[in-house]
Parts: sequence; structure tokens; C-alpha cells
Amino acid sequence: MHGLINRSFESFLKITYGTSLWNDVADGAGVSRQGFEALQIYDDQVSEAVLGQAMQVLGRPRGALLEDLGIYLVSHPTTESLRRLLRFGGATFAEFLQSLDELPDRARLAVPELDLPHLDLRDNAPGSFILTSRWTFPGAGHVMVGALRTMADDYGALVLLDHVGSDGQTETISIDLLDHDFSKGRDFHLAAEL
Amino acid sequence: MSGVGGFSISNEALDCLMPMHVRVSPTGHILHAGPTLRKLRPDGGFAGARLLEMFQLRNPRSVQSISELRGCAGRRIKLQFRVPPKTGFKGALVLSEADGSLLLNLSFGISLVDAIREYDLHAADFAATDMSVELLYLIEAKSAAMDESRKLNRHLQAAKVAAEEQAFTDTLTGLKNRRAMAHILERYLAQGRAFGLMQLDLDFFKEVNDRLGHAAGDHVLQKAAEIMVAHTRTDTTLIRAGGDEFVLIFPDVTSAETLLAIAERLIATLEEPIPFGAATCKISGSIGISTVPENCRADASQLLDQVDQALYASKRAGRGCATFYTDALPIPAMPPAGRDPAPRPGV
Repeated sequence: MHGLINRSFESFLKITYGTSLWNDVADGAGVSRQGFEALQIYDDQVSEAVLGQAMQVLGRPRGALLEDLGIYLVSHPTTESLRRLLRFGGATFAEFLQSLDELPDRARLAVPELDLPHLDLRDNAPGSFILTSRWTFPGAGHVMVGALRTMADDYGALVLLDHVGSDGQTETISIDLLDHDFSKGRDFHLAAEL
Repeated sequence: MSGVGGFSISNEALDCLMPMHVRVSPTGHILHAGPTLRKLRPDGGFAGARLLEMFQLRNPRSVQSISELRGCAGRRIKLQFRVPPKTGFKGALVLSEADGSLLLNLSFGISLVDAIREYDLHAADFAATDMSVELLYLIEAKSAAMDESRKLNRHLQAAKVAAEEQAFTDTLTGLKNRRAMAHILERYLAQGRAFGLMQLDLDFFKEVNDRLGHAAGDHVLQKAAEIMVAHTRTDTTLIRAGGDEFVLIFPDVTSAETLLAIAERLIATLEEPIPFGAATCKISGSIGISTVPENCRADASQLLDQVDQALYASKRAGRGCATFYTDALPIPAMPPAGRDPAPRPGV
């Protein structure tokens, strides 16, 4: 697993639950309390150990914890750059959804060795989509649900999202776009400093 | 409707495909400008204006009139607004065969980053085929990745500093450092081992540094270290204690003659000119010596203080010489070469 992903999970735990919880998780998972280096590649088992330990210490199921991670990733000020990069995907939430299949390629443009979930969006009916997520790490669909819910708020769109099931490494999410202009949403300017 | 190469196309269709286009009449007046261009000049100014009064050609620079501009048909051109902000554009120009009007399509080119800072532009302001938004994405993604890379470098630098602090080796000369010296002295004293102790300061080192720079200074320090290695046995511990100060520890050597002979050889060799590029560095060495008997009860700082006193006596005696520490007073044991024997320091 790429260090950027491991470090995101680490900062999510530290910022949401505090450094002492992170220390407990790190000790239990056998990783350094110093945490992960963003530009290193780690064995998938290390990520699995940290997640398992966090679930145990927090007493939270895998799906719920990963969904919170997804929310954190696109809403917290420390990960503002990620929200901005996602907003480049489209001017509206519908366009953004259509850009999701480019996500792994976009990620690789920035960091060539970063492997992100392969996403495939299909129209079910007008305003109704099925998103499938394929990744080596089970639970990526839950991260997507949290991230998409927050991105919908960001665009000011009203959506219903559901993790409808997983089949090995493939997970399915249903997305119902009820109102693409429900609220004002958050500002997005192409220029980063504005 | 305007005919472009036999394909009839409306202004609205052009606005969709090329939101930064300009249609210009045969007389050089702007007939229509695409929505993104209009956004750059919210107070208007396009319709009816002369193209060349609004824009200045940057390439080819010689173009001053609309007829000269017509000669650029089919070519790539560069231009910029005449009124600030003087945003730059690149684009291409084609002529309509039907009525002699011109169609100019523009893009920000490399001015893109300035343009998005200057104007309130959104993804929808760029043509669907335009890579500008992808380029902005890439610029931002690369900056984020560079930030991470910088953070990693900072971590590595801090780790390197920490490792150096814990190391026993002086990275410039390869000799042991002050930390190592403390350990070795403590160990010998704890073992009750006899040893000879020598402190060597390079003379005129500061002049080399000042005259020829730090690179020359570093070179001299490395040469001095090589000389010490060449003139001592492998069981001698050679320490760069800091700057141009060296400490040498000779296990089981308590003979004054032996240590003096080594000191003389060291000073003589240090005084040989050291070439550095086209320049020549001339240094010497001042040495203080003491010996530590078996089962000595003194502590390391006392011993270092003693050789330091002996060294100071050598310096007072005119440098380039060695002095033994004695309880009473330090006396230069080896007079500076070519000088009168140093007077005994006054008591």
C-alpha cells in the first residue's frame, strides 16, 4: 500500500481520536509511532494490521471506520489539496461522477506509483447510478461512500448513497442524484490561492 | 451564419466549440467574441472595436495592419491585450473564402496560470477539448507531491543529523570525533591502562581558510589527518576534537623520547607545503604531550587540561614545536625549527 494512503489513515486517526489513540494503534499493529512516510511503499499487511487494530481499539466495524476515513479525506483542512484535486474532475456533481473512472489515471499523473481503486460508473436510470469499485484492499467502497457523500455536499448536490454489497475485491455503490443544485455548496476556484 | 471552409456554423455553435474565438470583419472590426474572451473584459469592448486596437501582435511582431494580419492566415500567432492586465494568448487565424472575414481562435497557452489568477474562470469556461483544466490539475497535483517530497527530505535530514550526533567518526577527516575520544579515555582510565596523550593544533590554519576559502581549509584538514595516519601505529586513536584541533592517544606508550620523535615527525611533515589547485597552503603544528601512568587516578578532563596547558606553552613559544606537561611548568621540549630556543615562561 502506498505511504500516502497509510499516512492518510494515520492522520485521520490522530486528528479524529488523538495522538495517544494513534500510539496505542501503532504499538498494537507493530508500526512506528512516528507513522508512515508519504512517499514510501508499504506491504498491504501493514495497512491491514493498522486498520484491524483501530477497529479493535475503537470498537467500530470496518465499514463504518472506512466511511469516516472517506469523509475525513475530502472535508478536513489538512487534506484540502485532495478535495481540490477531486473538484478538478468536473464543474457539477454529475460531471464529477462521470470523471471518477479517470481517478486512477489522474492519481498516477501526480504520483506514478500510487494505485487507487478502479471505478466504473453506469447509468441505471436518469439520476441513478451504480458505481463499482475494484481494489486489492477490501473496504475501498466504504471509503468511496464517505468521500462521495462529502463531495456531494461540496457541490451542493442532494444524493442518496448506499454500499449495496461486495463480491471479493469488487464493491458496489448505488448513487441517486435527487437534486444537483440543492444548496450553494463550497466555492471552488481553479487558482489555488484564491 | 458564417461559412468556414464550406461548413456553415452559427455564432452559438462557435461559442460552444471555441469559447475563446474572435470573428473579425474584412475591415478589421470585431464582429463577435466567444463567451470566455468576453468574460475577460466584463465592461465590453469587443463588439465593433478594431481587433488591432484591442490586441497587439507579439509574433509576428511586424504586423501593424489588418491586411498584414490576413497574411498570417493558417499560421500560429501570439498576441496580448493592449490594456492591462496584458494577458498573453496564442492561437491561429483562418480566412473565410465567402466574405473575406477572419476567424481567430485563442488559448491562454503558458499564460494560463496567470489568467486564472487574474480572472474568475471556471472549468466550464474552457472548451471540452481544451487540456487547460487538466494542466491546472497537474500543476496542483505536482505541487502537492513536491510538498510531500520536501517533507520527506526534511525528515531524512533530521534523521541524518541525529545519526551524526550519535556517530563516533568525523565525516570530513574519517578520524574519530570528540564523542569517541571521551569514550576511549574513560575506558583506558577505567582499565588502569598507561597511555600517551598528545594534543595537536594546526598553526596558520585560519590564514589558509581566510585566504583560500573553506574548500582549501577542508583539504588541509584531510591532508593533516592523512599525515597523522601515516606517522602513527594502527593502535593509536586519532581524534579530530574540533576545528583544527586533534588529539592522539597512544595506548601503552609512556616513553617521552618515542612521543617526542613522533611529534617532531608530525610537525616536520605538516610544514611541507600542501598544494591546493594553483595555490599552496603552508601550515605547521603546535603540540602538547603528556603521559598517563598505569592506574592513574586523574579523570579525563584533568588529563585533557594538562595537554592543553602543554600545547599552550608551545604556542607561546612561537608555535611549530612540542611541549611536555610537567607539574611545575610547561617547557617547550622541542624548540621551533629555525628559531632561538624559546625562553622559559616566566613564573
